[in-house]
Amino acid sequence: MKDQRLTDREVDMQDIKISAHGVQVFYGDTHAIKDVDVEIADKTVTAFIGPSGCGKSTFLRCLNRMNDTIDAARVEGDIRIDGEDIYDARVDPVQLRAKVGMVFQKPNPFPKSIYDNVAYGPRIHGLAKTKGDLDNIVEQALRRAALWNEAKDRLDKPGTGLSGGQQQRLCIARAIATEPEVLLMDEPCSALDPIATGQVEELIDELRSNYSVVIVTHSMQQAARVSQKTAFFHLGNLVEYDETGKIFTNPQDPRTESYISGRIG
Amino acid sequence: MTDMTPEATPRAAQSLFTRTDNVRRRYRRGSVLKYLGLGAIGLVLFFLCVLLWSILSRGIPAFFQYQAEIQLYYDPEILEADGTGPEALGELSLRSDLERGIFAQSLRRTLEDSGIDTAAFDDGDLSALIYAANRRDVRDELVADPDLVGQTVTVGVPISLNITRYLTGGLSGEGTSGMPPGFNREQLDLIDQMVAAGLVDRNFNWGFFTNEYSQSGEVAGIGPALMGSAYMMLVVLVFSLVFGVAASIYLEEFAPKNKFTDFIEINIANLAAVPSIVFGILGAAILLTLGDLGFGSSIRGTALLGGIVLSLMTLPTIVIATRSALKAVPPSIRDAALGVGASKLQTVFHHTLPLAMPGILTGTIIGIAQALGETAPLLLIGLSVSTGASILSSPFTGGLLEQAQSMPTVVYLFAQNQDLPVREGLAQAAIIVMLALLFALNIIAILLRRRFERRW
Repeated sequence: MKDQRLTDREVDMQDIKISAHGVQVFYGDTHAIKDVDVEIADKTVTAFIGPSGCGKSTFLRCLNRMNDTIDAARVEGDIRIDGEDIYDARVDPVQLRAKVGMVFQKPNPFPKSIYDNVAYGPRIHGLAKTKGDLDNIVEQALRRAALWNEAKDRLDKPGTGLSGGQQQRLCIARAIATEPEVLLMDEPCSALDPIATGQVEELIDELRSNYSVVIVTHSMQQAARVSQKTAFFHLGNLVEYDETGKIFTNPQDPRTESYISGRIG
Repeated sequence: MTDMTPEATPRAAQSLFTRTDNVRRRYRRGSVLKYLGLGAIGLVLFFLCVLLWSILSRGIPAFFQYQAEIQLYYDPEILEADGTGPEALGELSLRSDLERGIFAQSLRRTLEDSGIDTAAFDDGDLSALIYAANRRDVRDELVADPDLVGQTVTVGVPISLNITRYLTGGLSGEGTSGMPPGFNREQLDLIDQMVAAGLVDRNFNWGFFTNEYSQSGEVAGIGPALMGSAYMMLVVLVFSLVFGVAASIYLEEFAPKNKFTDFIEINIANLAAVPSIVFGILGAAILLTLGDLGFGSSIRGTALLGGIVLSLMTLPTIVIATRSALKAVPPSIRDAALGVGASKLQTVFHHTLPLAMPGILTGTIIGIAQALGETAPLLLIGLSVSTGASILSSPFTGGLLEQAQSMPTVVYLFAQNQDLPVREGLAQAAIIVMLALLFALNIIAILLRRRFERRW
């Protein structure tokens, strides 16, 4: 990761990848997300921060329609990726999720071999025509996830046998193997120790060159380290959304300032 | 924290070497519970030992059979008294011609050859010692092969079961209560002489596993019961595994959670608790309906019908086990699969189902073991009616559609028998076979679980 001081970090103006307007999410009677508007840039790491239960994960799961799997959840509003409404009746969530990959809070490799973990997505989406293609995709994904050197001699060993940090990088490799355009990460480092966290953060910074990365994090330091833009959620509201440097040095909203300085959350 | 005193009183200085009353009281309570538990386990073990002892002590001897080596002479003078040819042979009297004639005479001849004096015994005394009564099988053999007449064949004829009890030491031969019913002391002495002369062998009774059911304990077997049970388990496996797993996957992974699925769920739980005889009545009702349609009697007592009824019984067990196995698969795996763009069906079949497999298999085997031991519904649909000869004669071609028996119903038939040795020997022997099968099934269940178990 380039060592940059927060205030100096330049944010290239990128195209808008995801734009959300007036998003509301209800879990049964609970109003979890209240009228959120946000625009997420391409080839940028955007961090969602906020105290527990503020709705940042819920909002993240709206972006690839993972909330569809929860019966009680109801999403309103308008979320567009490249200008296409992802909640349109014509959109197949399965196709959407191939385009918008996701990495979860707890490393959740399939109880299969490392190779099969990474190859699963390409297989079901038919990305590889031959075994050689597939081998190539797996290798590239593992290389980009910085796991190739550790895993190349044990590709047929179960993915669950890796250490926590390796497992999470395996999950990232699995997510990028399907060539997504957006990568959603839901607190990817909360189950990892500082060294593994450092490796994953470095990886996220490298992924920025290819993907629009949205990361939910509990740790403000992490948001400050990896992201170019930061959104602060509080009680279901998007309180403030700006360049990371600005959020951490010169927050506009008093609630953001209280959270950043540790008075709430 | 209800057991804390509301007011914190200053604690008196207390040495760690002596126990306080409070600690002592807590330990006392713990040890009472421990001894109650040990007592309960001891009681269970005691009853288990009594059960096993009573079954094994009576059942194991029934696996062995005493046979008399007899030079069986098909005497033309007796067999052709009423004429020659298959028709005449078919008319032979089982009692006067075969039992008193051929068998008694042959035994007498064999004994005389070995130097044992039989002058004191009439033909009835002799033939009673061995399995000679109602030998339709011998008559059928003669009809099929009339050339046997005039020949001498050495065969092992089973010793009468009552005499067997004397030979195994079950009856002392002293006093009225120690005598086999219907025999006298001289007959027992004769048997002792036969044993001394080496005319009596004790062999493992393989026929018990292959013979059809018979009222005569000497030749009764569990062949049709084993086959019928095997066929029924096959039917149960196919029906209840396919339908049970399909129903569970739908209910667990696809069905919306609403009043209707709640209702189905409650009914499945209730179905698991329905007494088995009710399923028997259901089976009988199916039979009657099919009978009205014109082909009911042909499936009465068949392994197919038995299997279907047992499948209905096993289905709720498998559904409940499968659903809990599916529930136990961590949601993170489903998220992971959906997250890389797998469809719902792919998620279930690539990930959830394989991970739930050990639980499903265990549940299935437990369900099948339950079905294997189920008696009441099978009695109602006629699996205790035939001797099972037909399923033995065409085991593979018509196996599912032949009149069959099952293990528990054959135990029931043996246990009902008028003959004490059958009731007390063969019934237990059949139970041992059944328990061995159940034991094997449970071992398989454990091995499968070990084999497929994964941790995540």
